[in-house]
Amino acid sequence: MSVIEEVPLPGPRPQPIPVRIGAPRAGPPRAVVLRKDPWWAQPLITGLGLAAFVVYATWAAFRNGHYFVGLDQARNYLSPFYSPCLASNCPSAVRWGPITPANSGFSPALIILVFPLAFRLTCYYYRKTYYRAFWLSPPACAVADAGSTSAKPNGLRKRYTGETRFPLVLQNIHRYTWYFTFIFAVLLTYDAIEGFRFPGGVGMGVGTLILVANAVLIWAYQLGCHACRHMSGGSLKKLSKAPARRWIWTNLTTPLNKHHQLFAWLSLMSIVVSDLYIYLVSSGAFSDPRIF
Amino acid sequence: MAIDTGPAPTTVPEPPPGAPPKDLVMHLWRGDASGGRFQEYRVAPQEGEVVLDVVHRIQATQAPDLAVRWNCKAGKCGSCSAEINGRPALMCMTRMSTLPTDQPVTVSPMRAFPIMRDLVTDVSYNFEVAKLIPAFKPGPRDPDGLRRMAQVDIDRGQEFHKCIECFLCQNVCHVIRDHEENKPRYAGPRFFVRLAELEMHPLDTLDRRNYIREDMGIGLCNITKCCTEVCPEDIHITDNAIIPLKERIVDAHYDPVAWLGRKITGRPVPLAAAEARKHTGAAHAQPAAPATPEPGDIA
Amino acid sequence: MPDSERHDFDVVVIGAGGAGLRAAIEAREKGARTALVCKSLLGKAHTVMAEGGIAAALGNVWPEDNWEVHFRDTMRGGKMLNNWRMAQIHALEAPERVLELEEWGALFDRTQDGRILQRDFGGHRYARLAHVGDRTGLEMIRALQNRAVSIGIDVFMECKIVRLLQDGTGAVNGAVGFWRESGRFVTFGAKAIVIATGGLGKAWKFTTNSWECTGDGMALALWAGADLIDMEAIQFHPTGMVWPPSARGLLVTEGVRGDGGVLKNRDGERFMFNYISPFFAAETAETIEEGDQWYTNKRDFRRPPELLPRDEVARAINSEVKAGRGSPHGGVFLDIASRRTPEEIRRLLPSMYHQFKELADIDITTTPMEVGPTCHYAMGGIRVEADTEATTVAGLYAAGEAAGGMHGSNRLGGNSLSDLVVFGRRAGLAAAERALGMPGDPDVSESQVADVTRHARSYFDNEGGEDAYALHRDLQDTMQSLVGIIRVERELLEAKERLADLAERAAKCAVEGNLQFNPGWHLALDLESMLAVSNCTTLSAIERRESRGGHTRDDYPGFRPEFENVNMITRLVDGEYTIAQEPKPQMPGELSKLFEDGAH
Repeated sequence: MSVIEEVPLPGPRPQPIPVRIGAPRAGPPRAVVLRKDPWWAQPLITGLGLAAFVVYATWAAFRNGHYFVGLDQARNYLSPFYSPCLASNCPSAVRWGPITPANSGFSPALIILVFPLAFRLTCYYYRKTYYRAFWLSPPACAVADAGSTSAKPNGLRKRYTGETRFPLVLQNIHRYTWYFTFIFAVLLTYDAIEGFRFPGGVGMGVGTLILVANAVLIWAYQLGCHACRHMSGGSLKKLSKAPARRWIWTNLTTPLNKHHQLFAWLSLMSIVVSDLYIYLVSSGAFSDPRIF
Repeated sequence: MAIDTGPAPTTVPEPPPGAPPKDLVMHLWRGDASGGRFQEYRVAPQEGEVVLDVVHRIQATQAPDLAVRWNCKAGKCGSCSAEINGRPALMCMTRMSTLPTDQPVTVSPMRAFPIMRDLVTDVSYNFEVAKLIPAFKPGPRDPDGLRRMAQVDIDRGQEFHKCIECFLCQNVCHVIRDHEENKPRYAGPRFFVRLAELEMHPLDTLDRRNYIREDMGIGLCNITKCCTEVCPEDIHITDNAIIPLKERIVDAHYDPVAWLGRKITGRPVPLAAAEARKHTGAAHAQPAAPATPEPGDIA
Repeated sequence: MPDSERHDFDVVVIGAGGAGLRAAIEAREKGARTALVCKSLLGKAHTVMAEGGIAAALGNVWPEDNWEVHFRDTMRGGKMLNNWRMAQIHALEAPERVLELEEWGALFDRTQDGRILQRDFGGHRYARLAHVGDRTGLEMIRALQNRAVSIGIDVFMECKIVRLLQDGTGAVNGAVGFWRESGRFVTFGAKAIVIATGGLGKAWKFTTNSWECTGDGMALALWAGADLIDMEAIQFHPTGMVWPPSARGLLVTEGVRGDGGVLKNRDGERFMFNYISPFFAAETAETIEEGDQWYTNKRDFRRPPELLPRDEVARAINSEVKAGRGSPHGGVFLDIASRRTPEEIRRLLPSMYHQFKELADIDITTTPMEVGPTCHYAMGGIRVEADTEATTVAGLYAAGEAAGGMHGSNRLGGNSLSDLVVFGRRAGLAAAERALGMPGDPDVSESQVADVTRHARSYFDNEGGEDAYALHRDLQDTMQSLVGIIRVERELLEAKERLADLAERAAKCAVEGNLQFNPGWHLALDLESMLAVSNCTTLSAIERRESRGGHTRDDYPGFRPEFENVNMITRLVDGEYTIAQEPKPQMPGELSKLFEDGAH
């Protein structure tokens, strides 16, 4: 029997954590980087990688041509940047009920790219990467945030608010972007299957292989997403009471999630490789070797 | 305050063949609230040593008043946290053989916290946060007086229970390390691990989601994963604790579909933060001491 | 700034390991204003290093298990020197204390049907240890710590108590300590004080104990006039790391053997089969084949001798090494690599895997460990009344390793964690009852406070004395070599002389620097405690002219009937350590029947 007093009702607002602010800190100033390893290498490399993708993606999206290898080349390959192809100027073989006015000349990629873009922008892994590489917040562990060690000319430092304010509070929409990109993953799978369609029956070219690999990597990334892991079973207190979700969580989403970083990069590369390959074949740089 | 970052790194020359092994050159932070600097010490190396052994040897032979916090020297208590060559780590679990010896080894205190002296920091912030964690609240026991839990349901919690409270994750978290003004409204990775453990406990009945968003400041975390990188217990803090908490907060706060679902099915709305606040240690503080006699002058 | 800081409480608990936390929780829940004072940060106490488990006859794995069997195992493990009533209370109450930890959030490993899983340990007839992999102590201390914080107990961290304060009648009414950070002194007024400061292993050179285990509480009680009991009974854990030198003494959990690990000498022989004493012959396997079958069929086969009580195994290892059959670094081999798959080892013994990997660069899934005896636990300690943990000084209570009697001359693995919570709770309860029944405020003597602070500071005025580190090394060498695992009268007498000499030198110990977080000064004060308890251990070891449990006399091998029924009582009389033999409490007939039929 405990006789601990009834608790008084706490106030309606959070109580601040009682802590000394501004006391002399331990060790040398934070601006002094004591790390002796090449800590700058990782943000540099990942930053360059992301920047390269942005440059390529911009070019690919505005290219508005050579994104489809069609029957004229005896193939049926659609670039993932242009799938689904929703514009009036899409080749008829891959056009899904045009949603732009006829002859608008609008690049079909620009209609759809916002969805995968939003998915990747709000992805927990990419967030880590670009916060480190571009925001330098922080550039590396135990290396001070950019701008946090010196006052700005007006004597003020920008307050760090993390993901609590607009626009970064929108990171919380990650799971909606997941719903949309799920549709994309299905469509890219469909495109990969379509890649087997050869004149007169089933066949396979190098391009088919690339599209299949792309679809597989997209799925690995899609299903290893942290939001997906949460929805598949992570949200449960008692996994033991939901055998099916437990199975999915244990054997599918959690193992894939462990390698989310890997699949984030591999799927990013596979999109580029797929698009570039299709561009090169379509523009006649070389022809796609047929395997059977 | 006087700050001197100490002697510039020097190259330690290789000893000639046949000579005794060259001395270890250690740069240890010495100082208190009025300032400090790296002090150089040279000690002979011994086989199989960890950084804490070397620090102890310096203490026993050259600097008897060198302040260092430690307990078990086996990586189980999490007392001897420091920054070794700038990387947050436990001194007792960092073998000297893993560090480059052609340069001095620097050992500095955890820089996110106020200095006490030398390598010892004031980590009281963490214990203040602990008082604000809404406690475990189990439902009733089974009729036979036991509590049954499936191993699969406690696996996640057991990972979090490996935490030895070394506070290296708190130290490396830039939200408070580089933006100290956030300390009064941010619990830090260690306590997100604790909250995740409670939220995933199969028998817990308290909903802390609004509380975690409003009082514990989880939105400040931008998941840059340094906590996971430095964890000596290899707890996947970001992937397994913080992100699942963020997703739970999306469930409770940012998800209109979930909101609609609750409206339709009549499931309970997420508990108000003020309700969770009643279950903290701070809300159970002991009554103030009865009037104490005036202390006499005993100096 | 005034040089004194004063806090008044109903109950002050000194020490924040398992026993201290449990005592504070109980006192607070009973309505007493409670303070918890500890030398380290909260949650760092030596309890975190307990690995194997907490013994309680829950009967989850073996329905046959019950408190009587646990009681019998405990008494036999302690070679019948235990306080029978404590052993009985312990066996009776341990299960509820374990379930209570779950109430506070502990997550023990589970059985298939969701109950608490229990594992085998040396000396326990049935698999009885509730555990969490090999980090049970951490789980326990965190559950208790979270509970203590959630009910608002005031915690004074990194605060070392130097002396207890007493009123005119001799009852304790407070304590004086100092903040380690600032060196400023602090006085606690208290109506009851619980000592839960743990052990004294730091007086030995090779020990599993952390720096805190300097016998502080035992010394505080001794100085306040309390009796210490059976201080000769020191447990040397058979398996401590022996290499690398810096890790020497670190604990290798008994769980390694419980989960199939075997001990081998240099020649690869499982030598434990040569060391089965008649006392345990009936319940121990005679052949390797029989022992190996036990792991899978515990009903029909007897357990292998690797799982004999710790004193037996430690002595056997000691003998093998002395006979020149040891491992390269002076231990023996503990081999689990050849007996379990790497996956099983990593799952069952994660922190052992981690410890050897990080500290010795050895992969225990492929390589045998080198192990040897290391000072682990004091069975002796402050003499307490079994039901209330009251010491012989009014208002003073003791629980956990600091208290003596419960484990007799040897403790079984897993009985320590259960001891902490069973008797921690009882001590907190009795202290709260005393405090809540006392009107008024504790009336602390300012002159006593002044004496203590003056004494503690005097080390800074000692010019030209030795430093505390050197003295500590000498003390450790003395205790390790002369009051170690095997003892003889001549060496014990020499130890006594050396301790007297060390005490003189320690009084002149000089401290450099200032009061602010000064480890040299802290050690000088810890040395006072270590010297006090070392003296008591040495005196008791001289007096007990037999070998029993953790106390092995080369010159008096085996049990001797004249010591069967006596406890060794040490106390301080006019500043002198004295030793007395007093009869141990006699077990009532219905309990002694449990020991008559040989096997249970």
